[in-house]
This record gives sequence, structure tokens and C-alpha cells, in this order.
Amino acid sequence: MIPAEQILPIDVQHIRSAFPILGRQVKGKPLVYLDNAATTQKPQAVIDALTNYYSGYNANIHRGIHTLAEEATAAYEATRDAVKDFINAPSREEIIFTRGTTESINLVAYTWGRANVQQGDEIIISAMEHHSNIVPWQILCEEKGAVLKVIPVNELGELEMDVYLSLLSEKTKLVSIVHVSNALGTINPVRQIIDAAHKTGAVVLVDGAQSTVHLHIDVQEMDCDFFACSAHKLYGPTGVGILYGKKDILESMPVFLGGGEMIKEVSFDKTTYNELPYKYEAGTPNIADVIAFKYALDFINATGKAAIAQYEHQLLEYGTGQLANIPGLHIIGRARHKASVISFVLDKVHPQDIGILLDNQGIAVRTGHHCAQPLMDCYKIPGTIRASFAMYNTFHEIDALVAGLNKAIKMLS
Amino acid sequence: MTDNSTIAGTEQEIVDEFSLFDSWDDKYEYIIDLGKRLPELAAEHKTDENRVRGCQSTVWLIANDREGKIFYEADSDSTIVKGLISMLIRVLSGHTADEIIEAKLDFIDRIGMRAHLAQTRSNGLVAMVKQMKNYALAYKLKNEVNDGYRSTETKSN
Repeated sequence: MIPAEQILPIDVQHIRSAFPILGRQVKGKPLVYLDNAATTQKPQAVIDALTNYYSGYNANIHRGIHTLAEEATAAYEATRDAVKDFINAPSREEIIFTRGTTESINLVAYTWGRANVQQGDEIIISAMEHHSNIVPWQILCEEKGAVLKVIPVNELGELEMDVYLSLLSEKTKLVSIVHVSNALGTINPVRQIIDAAHKTGAVVLVDGAQSTVHLHIDVQEMDCDFFACSAHKLYGPTGVGILYGKKDILESMPVFLGGGEMIKEVSFDKTTYNELPYKYEAGTPNIADVIAFKYALDFINATGKAAIAQYEHQLLEYGTGQLANIPGLHIIGRARHKASVISFVLDKVHPQDIGILLDNQGIAVRTGHHCAQPLMDCYKIPGTIRASFAMYNTFHEIDALVAGLNKAIKMLS
Repeated sequence: MTDNSTIAGTEQEIVDEFSLFDSWDDKYEYIIDLGKRLPELAAEHKTDENRVRGCQSTVWLIANDREGKIFYEADSDSTIVKGLISMLIRVLSGHTADEIIEAKLDFIDRIGMRAHLAQTRSNGLVAMVKQMKNYALAYKLKNEVNDGYRSTETKSN
């Protein structure tokens, strides 16, 4: 990590100019895009990479010996190296391309889970998980007769760590935990969670869908066994996910999807499987989007992750302060360590009405349960309004949000 | 003058009213006002059974028939949705099952609402319309079955 005083501030206007969509109008007003936790916008370099691939060297990878196939393969594999560096994985074989975080988690549930979880075993998740880190484990538990345990969340939106420690036992086979909550912004103490789990012999999966764009990720330092994230939340294209797994675990796991690419030799008597990471990449992958993803990572690296994190934290603090001035507004999730996500509710006003009236002013926020219904049940609310900030957002846009909210509240009261 | 005795007439009336507004702010203020003025549904009707599926907000809808005509009552925890329901009720309530089943309801498009609402929210509106039409269809089928019984009884007498 770079010391704070050595971080050069980012040039937001320069960054904004790289994202063509930010120049558009919505409902006759300049777009204010504050739904970055759902998906981030894409810089021109990513968009160009997609076009360049299809217009310049579209080919199926790994098999062909012709020039196009070699160029496409090299570009595809270059992304794997970029991802390895981005999360500091020990080797490129431990980086598996999937369709997204959801598929990454399901891959672990269907392979490692089916091989290692037995009747009476326990899987620990938390009350702030996204549905995609709940449902795969429920399916597995139902099939195996295993038990799903849930770490509760306190008033501030933080995990109750003492309860977590008390849930751990020799029955615990897996802890699958979100790094940063999409609905609350809470940054969970994953290092502490992983250390405690490892002491009981449990394996840990970290859902990094929200964290990878905001935090410095080092899977070796974190010591997680699996790490999952999505390219589209990292300024990259949709349809690309990452699953990192420790090599020995990935090697011992049964295969997931069967087909081309993941095999070594096929006969009707016996099929042998390919080496890592291809063992888990059956069929023709999402070549274009994987290739373009590297340009998103390059963009983040060139801007500087520490500088981005510092700026996003300033946006979070400014936004939290400005929103707190609105009468009747309650911020849901006031954890001490938060990423740039602000979820809130308003007295006597339905989140959807706010969402519609903000959209009418060109402001994009998310309203609803954020695919975390059990968490909403904890707070006894149907949903929240969520503003989530990215490196291209400005203080001026937060002012626009506050003005937009005041106007919407006035219209509704 | 428009004819509000027919569904199409009331639809035209709403389209005419909306044409007076210059901006979407004004349109929304009008819809919000309609939402606030729609009487609240009694608590006993706010059941799971009466919930309309497919909406981001919670919508309850009930229907009653009097003298061959169907009357709707509805509620929502969202004021804007309530305003939209209020317009649907104004258009459809008090008409026969056949009239409701055949209603085009193109006023939603003509006032620009369908295009203006994001697809997910627009789907909620579609779900509401579908539910209202389903009620009409159910009444129609029920009455046809009843009519069938009556005619059988007449014969056996």
C-alpha cells in the first residue's frame, strides 16, 4: 500500500472524458450516473478493444494455428496475466474465466461443494450476502443435508464477529463471505474471518464483486481459498467473471462443465481432463469481452488504485454529510469501514417513487432490495435508495443528487 | 367534448388532460396528486391473495361486481403507482367484463408513460393491467358457468 501523502490526486475531468456515455443526456438533463454498484460505465479503450477484436482478429482461441487464432489467444491470455497481477495471485493457472461472480460461486458450489460437503456439515455465510452467495449454498445444503449458518449484522451494518467465532466448529466446511456489501457498503474484516476459519480447517470463499473496484486486493495476503469478482463492475464488459482458487484446491476439485477445451483426451471409454485453468473453461469462452477486460484493468492501473480509493472515500464522506442534512433521511449501513455506497430510506416515501422522480431529472440510482432480501428483512424495510460512486463521479453530482432528492420529496409531500 | 361513458372515451379524456402539461414534472405532480386522492384500501383487503405480482412496490387490487359491471379498488405503498392505478380504475371501473377484456388501454402509450417508465417499472404497470383484465375474465367465465346451470335447470323443469 502506498502511504496516503504520496498519492497524487486524480484528475476527474480527464477521467470523465474517457467515458463517452457520461456525456449523454437523460430526460433532457445531463446524466448523473450513481448506480455503479450495479455496473460501472466503460472507458473508450474498452469499447475500442471490442470493436478492434471483431474487426481485426476475431478467431477461436487455443486451437487454431493461423495468425488470427494466435493473436486472439495471445490477447485472451494477456488478460489472465493482467488479472493475476491485479489481485496478486501466485500463478496464472489459478485464474479461471467465468461469466460473472454468480457463475464463479456456483462453480465452487457444484464442484468443490459436492465433493467436500457431507450430511451434517455446516456452511457459514452472513446476513448481508447477495442472493448469489446464498442460493447456491442453499441448493448444496438441501442436496447434501448440510446446514447453512448465518452471521448476523448489527445496527451499524457490521458483522457480529463474536457470533461468527462461536459459529465456527469442526463441522464448518466452508465460509463464504462478501468482502463489501452491495446494499450497505460495509467492508468486512475478511483477513480476520479467513484466519479464524482456517484454524478450524474450513475453506473460505470471498465474494469480491463489490470490493475489487474499490479496494487493494491481494489474495495471497488475504489468504482466501477462493475469490470471485465480475469484470463489468470493474469498468470492463459484462459476461466476464473471475474465479481465483488456490492451485492445490483447484487441482483436486472435480470438473464443472464438460465439453471442448477442458479435455486432454477423449474416447468413449475414458476422458482425461485438461490442466488448470482450462479444466474449468469448457467450450468457446467469451473471447472479445475477456480481451477488452484487460483494457479496463489497464485504465484502473494507469489512474492508480490508491488514488481512486482516496477520491472515492472523499465522495463517500461528502455524500454522507450532504445527505444527512435532508430531513427524514436515514442512512442504512453506517459501518466504520465503508466503500463508496450510500443506502438510505426516507420517512413516508417509497424508494421507487424517489427512483422515478430522480430518473426524471437524469439521476440514476438503484431502488429496491438490491438482491439482498434477507438483509432488508433484518432492517424491516422493503428496500432502500442506493447511490454508489465510481472514480468518474464528482462532488457536483452529489449536489445534484441532494437537489434532486429535495425536489422529489417536495413533490411527494 | 369526450364521451366518458365508454372506456375509449375516458382514455381520450386522460390523453387530453395530459396534453395540457408542458413537462414531465407537471405530469408527475398530477399523478402524485391522483395517488394521494385515491382512497386507501381497507386493511383486511391488503392480503397476499390480493397482491399483484411483478411490481417493485406492493400493489393490492380487488374487484366487485354490481349489476353486471365490475368495480375496482386498489392501493399501493408507492404514491406514483397509486396515481397510475387511479387512472386505470377511472378508465375501467363500472364497465362490463367484455368491455374491460377488450379495452385497448393505449392511453398509457399516448400519454408517454410506457416509454417514460423504465422497463422494470413498466412491467409492473403491465402486471396491473393484466390482473384487472383477469378479474374481468374470471367474472365472465363465472357468469357463463352460472348461465349454463340456469339453462340446464330450466330444461329439467
